[in-house]
Amino acid sequence: MTEQVPETLEKKIPGETGVWIFILGDISVFAVFFTYYLVERSKQVDLFVASQATLNKNFGAINTVFLLISSLFVVLAVRAMRAAQRLLAQRFIVGAFLCGIAFIIVKVFEYHERIAAHEIPTTNGYYLLYFVLTGLHLFHLVIGLAVLTALWFLARRPEVSKNQWAFFEGGACFWHMVDLLWLVLFPLIFLVR
Amino acid sequence: MTTLHPLLRTPATAVWAVLIAATVVSWMLGTQHGFNSYTLASVVILLIAFFKVRLVGLYFMELRDAPTVLRGLFEAYCIIVCSVVVAVFLLA
Repeated sequence: MTEQVPETLEKKIPGETGVWIFILGDISVFAVFFTYYLVERSKQVDLFVASQATLNKNFGAINTVFLLISSLFVVLAVRAMRAAQRLLAQRFIVGAFLCGIAFIIVKVFEYHERIAAHEIPTTNGYYLLYFVLTGLHLFHLVIGLAVLTALWFLARRPEVSKNQWAFFEGGACFWHMVDLLWLVLFPLIFLVR
Repeated sequence: MTTLHPLLRTPATAVWAVLIAATVVSWMLGTQHGFNSYTLASVVILLIAFFKVRLVGLYFMELRDAPTVLRGLFEAYCIIVCSVVVAVFLLA
């Protein structure tokens, strides 16, 4: 059977250059945060280990799975668009969006556990970084949900212009970036001890 | 849903399965005693994390098919940040 989804053979930038300046800049800022977290940790290792032990690692792991599923949906949405299967693309985007909502719901439970245990940003350096870094990521995720909404509207259009398609690919990459950042934040904050 | 099958026929779906498996391995290393040493387990967890980052970049963001400069910047990011993070974890 022949491949039904056309793949571009020539080298091309996914989305547009501007999106990549933003993505590379944003993940570089997070690289500084990753390093800063470990430097702060080195100053009070025992405190960080003890505080980290109070976190529910299952919440973090479940959220990783939600984001990975959402990323696969976005990959499939892009492929469906290329194959001119607009309805399928819309459904994949909705699937990705719902995974994002599920992430937020798990996060609410997670934050609620911490706050109920009086482990808040002012408690110690670990909880401060935990809330700031996961909060910053959550902020990116909420923007990502707005991006996914825009992609859904694009997928509903009968025609997509070259610029709109660049936005579609760039938006997909933004969503993957939200996933990518969590793939480091979860092990760093929850697992590394 | 006969139209679904060709869409799934991409390396990205296999990569996705690897990402899920890697997540399970990290989670086990982080919650149980996979290794005798927490330090060793943590280094492995960090290496797995950046391996996953690279897979997401190359296969999901499609940087595999991007111009050399862009792919190079991303590959450099993975190597440099992974090295710095592991070094700071071990030395700091």
